[in-house]
Amino acid sequence: MSTFLGMPSPPPRSPYGTGNLRGDRAFPRAAHDELGNDQLRRNLGRATGTIRAKRLNVTGELPDWEALRDAGSAIKTDTMNRLPELLEQLERKVTERGGTVHWARDAAEANAIVTRLVRATGSDEVIKVKSMATQEIGLNEHLESVGITPHETDLAELIVQLADDKPSHILVPAIHRNRDEIRQIFLDHIPGVDADLDNAPAHLAAAARGYLREKFLATKVAVSGANFGIAETGTLAVVESEGNGRMCLTLPDTLITVMGIEKVLPRYQDLEVFLQLLPRSSTGERMNPYTSLWTGVTPGDGPQDFHLVLLDNGRTAALADAIGRAALNCIRCSACLNVCPVYERTGGHAYGSTYPGPIGAVLTPQLAGMHAAKDDPNSSLPYASSLCGACFDACPVKIDIPSLLVELRHQHTEQTGVTPEKLAMKAAAAVMRRPGLYTAVQKASALGRVVAGRDGTISRLPPPLSGWSDSRDTAAPPRETFRSWFASDEGRAALRAAASEQSSDRPEGNGKQADRNSDHNEEDAT
Amino acid sequence: MSSARDTVLGRIRDALALAPAPAVVVPRAYRAGRTLPDDERLALFTDRLLDYKARVHPCTADRTAEVVGEALREHGARRIGVPPGLDARWLTGYDGEVREDHSDVSPAQLDSLDAVVTASAAGCAETGTIFLDGSPGQGRRALSLVPDLHVCVVDLSTVEAGVPEAVARLTPERPTTLISGPSATSDIELERVEGVHGPRTLVVVIRTDA
Repeated sequence: MSTFLGMPSPPPRSPYGTGNLRGDRAFPRAAHDELGNDQLRRNLGRATGTIRAKRLNVTGELPDWEALRDAGSAIKTDTMNRLPELLEQLERKVTERGGTVHWARDAAEANAIVTRLVRATGSDEVIKVKSMATQEIGLNEHLESVGITPHETDLAELIVQLADDKPSHILVPAIHRNRDEIRQIFLDHIPGVDADLDNAPAHLAAAARGYLREKFLATKVAVSGANFGIAETGTLAVVESEGNGRMCLTLPDTLITVMGIEKVLPRYQDLEVFLQLLPRSSTGERMNPYTSLWTGVTPGDGPQDFHLVLLDNGRTAALADAIGRAALNCIRCSACLNVCPVYERTGGHAYGSTYPGPIGAVLTPQLAGMHAAKDDPNSSLPYASSLCGACFDACPVKIDIPSLLVELRHQHTEQTGVTPEKLAMKAAAAVMRRPGLYTAVQKASALGRVVAGRDGTISRLPPPLSGWSDSRDTAAPPRETFRSWFASDEGRAALRAAASEQSSDRPEGNGKQADRNSDHNEEDAT
Repeated sequence: MSSARDTVLGRIRDALALAPAPAVVVPRAYRAGRTLPDDERLALFTDRLLDYKARVHPCTADRTAEVVGEALREHGARRIGVPPGLDARWLTGYDGEVREDHSDVSPAQLDSLDAVVTASAAGCAETGTIFLDGSPGQGRRALSLVPDLHVCVVDLSTVEAGVPEAVARLTPERPTTLISGPSATSDIELERVEGVHGPRTLVVVIRTDA
């Protein structure tokens, strides 16, 4: 409609209350609980440490890794600039090759389209390839509510589904579970599983193979996501490891692929970039075991009924933000999760969204908004970061996640209006303008020591400052202000002593500085 | 009411109008158009395949049947599937049952096969990747997926140095499968386990003079 009116209007976010783009509580509260789970922290620490080492090995061995990142980044930016024409081209090519293209404004519409297509086949179950888009729109929950059984076939998604759990990582959704927990989940939920099943990953994988084999061979409908959709040729790509993707994309009669509109790529040739960037960033392998590329329908090979559902669900809202739109460049490799000191400790559930970790903290608020409700949990996500920058360094398409987080913090502050924080700042400004009053206030604040604990910190401040102390301890105010110390006999004596030491200190000081720099570099490299 | 298609496309145009961005030229400074001598490509390709726990048998073209037959025997394959168009001479060293695939063969029937033998369209040495595109001798995608053992014949002349060179050999419209070792998962504590739903054993016969 707006196309005809000539005045562009901001596109809507993903509608409130739909899909899986919002937790039920703010990040600090959720993280507080997750941090209390020792098992979770051990599992995560071990897994992210392993994957970080693997990723560095395989990205380090390519002399043109930075050139590939530059190309990947530019291809995605170019894609976003030309999104309407590329999507129309993709639609035309898929249709020419015998596929059917559907468009979905939001999660509810996409779920309804998939439901209608499944019902038309007469099947009451579907097999699923791991897919972030269908997780985002809550497709499984919707299908179950209308009597269609979705079977997740990726091992980790199966573990999550059997345990009635939620994914906690983009690539390895069950990263929060260790082998003993997984063994127990299988014993409890897989019918007829060998009671002597031990916790060896190979045996657990074999148990999943046995359980899913019959479903692959018998189920007539599959639902997948897509890693890439090539506008030039209408080719879709799914990148995977286990072969469950190939099974779903090949054996059923009907294939329904749900793809976010930002996943389109202009040229087939662009695969030469992303087939290098994605596996090395994602699983830390030179290439993932299987990649499937298909174009519409091929007579005599694979599903003869193919549907592509193109999903907006807040993506256009993100696109309307000149800075934030870079988050749409994400190829879902999960490298930023694995290097994030916050994610490594809290895990993915604390973010409340299908998209956790650093990229989730910038993507989720843009897709679903930060102010859809009072105390919207999504408004806490841009603060779920120390802004250390490791995610930016790891990102294969060079998304400047720290800058995006800062921008979202800015937007959040702007939109929040009058807050206790703003009032406090105003009061501070008024005090600081009057030196006499400032000194008096400083003296008074030393009384804060009374409430501090033995370790010299205050763990809980009264409202309206409680928001600050919810997630951090506050140092008790010093006994004496700097200004009063400076004016005292003790202060004057200390200054005289410092002045007499002169320049003999300097070389040592520089040496210390250099040491610190080298430490820092080492940290960057690990 | 406008269609979802018009609405979404309209929203995208609105978004781009609200936040216009300068056009981008894609820098393609990464390596492409590389060539490597035969022995280096063979060594690199073999190294990568072994890293994925694939079995690798380099041989000359005249020994294809012998090597394929040995691989099938070694794994106890008594009944195998082959795609239409597979060079019949490759199977003269095998004395088990051979079934030629066609599109009416059900997934369950494919599941009763012990192994499959196929040719391949291309390879990539740097990543140890084999490309199948459904051409004669390679078969439909289900055939090289369901049986537990895949014996794949790769001609060294089709193995390119890197990913850009290999992708350039592909025909986009063909259903294409990239295979880098046997199926695997790292979903349990990120420990790699070879062999999940796809073939648990991948045997690659590299014909060094073909």
